[in-house]
Amino acid sequence: MDRQGHSAPRNALIWVALGAAAFVPLIAAALSPLLAWREPIYIASGFAGIIALVLLMMQPLLVAGYIPGLAALRGRRIHRVVGAVLVLSVLLHVGGLWITSPPDVVDVLLFRSPTPFSIWGVVAMWAVFAAALLATFRNRLKLPLPLWRVAHTALAVVIVTGAVVHTLLIEGTMEPISKVVLCVIVSLVSAKVFLSRRSWAAYFRN
Amino acid sequence: MKNGFMTRRTLLSTSGALLVTGALGLFTPAVAKGLAPTPSMRGGSNNYRPGAPIVDRIGGGGFWMTGTVRRAGDGSPLAGQRIQVWAHTTEGHERDPESHGATLTDANGNYRIEMPQIVPAFGQPHGHLAYDSGEFKTVFLRPVMRNARETTLNADFVLQPA
Repeated sequence: MDRQGHSAPRNALIWVALGAAAFVPLIAAALSPLLAWREPIYIASGFAGIIALVLLMMQPLLVAGYIPGLAALRGRRIHRVVGAVLVLSVLLHVGGLWITSPPDVVDVLLFRSPTPFSIWGVVAMWAVFAAALLATFRNRLKLPLPLWRVAHTALAVVIVTGAVVHTLLIEGTMEPISKVVLCVIVSLVSAKVFLSRRSWAAYFRN
Repeated sequence: MKNGFMTRRTLLSTSGALLVTGALGLFTPAVAKGLAPTPSMRGGSNNYRPGAPIVDRIGGGGFWMTGTVRRAGDGSPLAGQRIQVWAHTTEGHERDPESHGATLTDANGNYRIEMPQIVPAFGQPHGHLAYDSGEFKTVFLRPVMRNARETTLNADFVLQPA
């Protein structure tokens, strides 16, 4: 039993499930035949994108304290660290693609790309940056807490929606089944935390 | 009593139909003039390298890029037109010079160039083509393969005078 009153086997099972959710898609992508025809920087930028999606799965779980051993304050502290790594992953993802094919990335950033998935990706990217800035300057912004939470949660919804649609529409190194499973997990844990924790609800009361 | 040749109803409907046909006829020259020029596709010119050499095939081959080149309006085939092709393939990135090559259309306005297998890159298995020889307006195409396992991709050009 831990401090939350959960049994050790349950906690172990959650960690195993999280590990599988994180590493099965990464290993499956590492076996992709497409890698043979890509340069290291292109491969790295693809994996930075997959890692960003895995980190996105962790974020709601961490902030809600659902991960055994990382409840409450510890979970929130790690939520911030993971958020920073998420920003870094997104930067590596876009930066690596830029080096691989500059005109394609310029088109994406200017919203004139022929590929719809890139629009979802670029919207999610800006939402990640905005959510991170909101978190970094939380004290200095002096926003009322309910308003801050509504803003951060709204950005989280945009991030999850954008990232999931972006990922699903891409024909890339991710293996199709593990990709869909990871996207479903990211969507479900986000929805669960959104509906159970209701961090945004205080703003709409009164 | 029935008029053997024509009732008033058939007279009215026939003349009405003729009138409609005539009215539509006013617009038919636009349709006959007809074949609209192919617009450039978004992203079509990405990683373009002007002046790709005319080659028998790009790299080791195994994949065919095919299509037709016709004149806007009458749709007549255009022979001897230079079409440039490049893509991310099993042998190189779009930017690599050896991924680029060109071919000429035959007397029927058809072109066909062998190249390495196109593989998905930047989210889609796609190719790039350019008509950029000056006589007609420049066109850049970016066709997407329905399935990454296909070994051929088609792209048709309808060109208008520059």
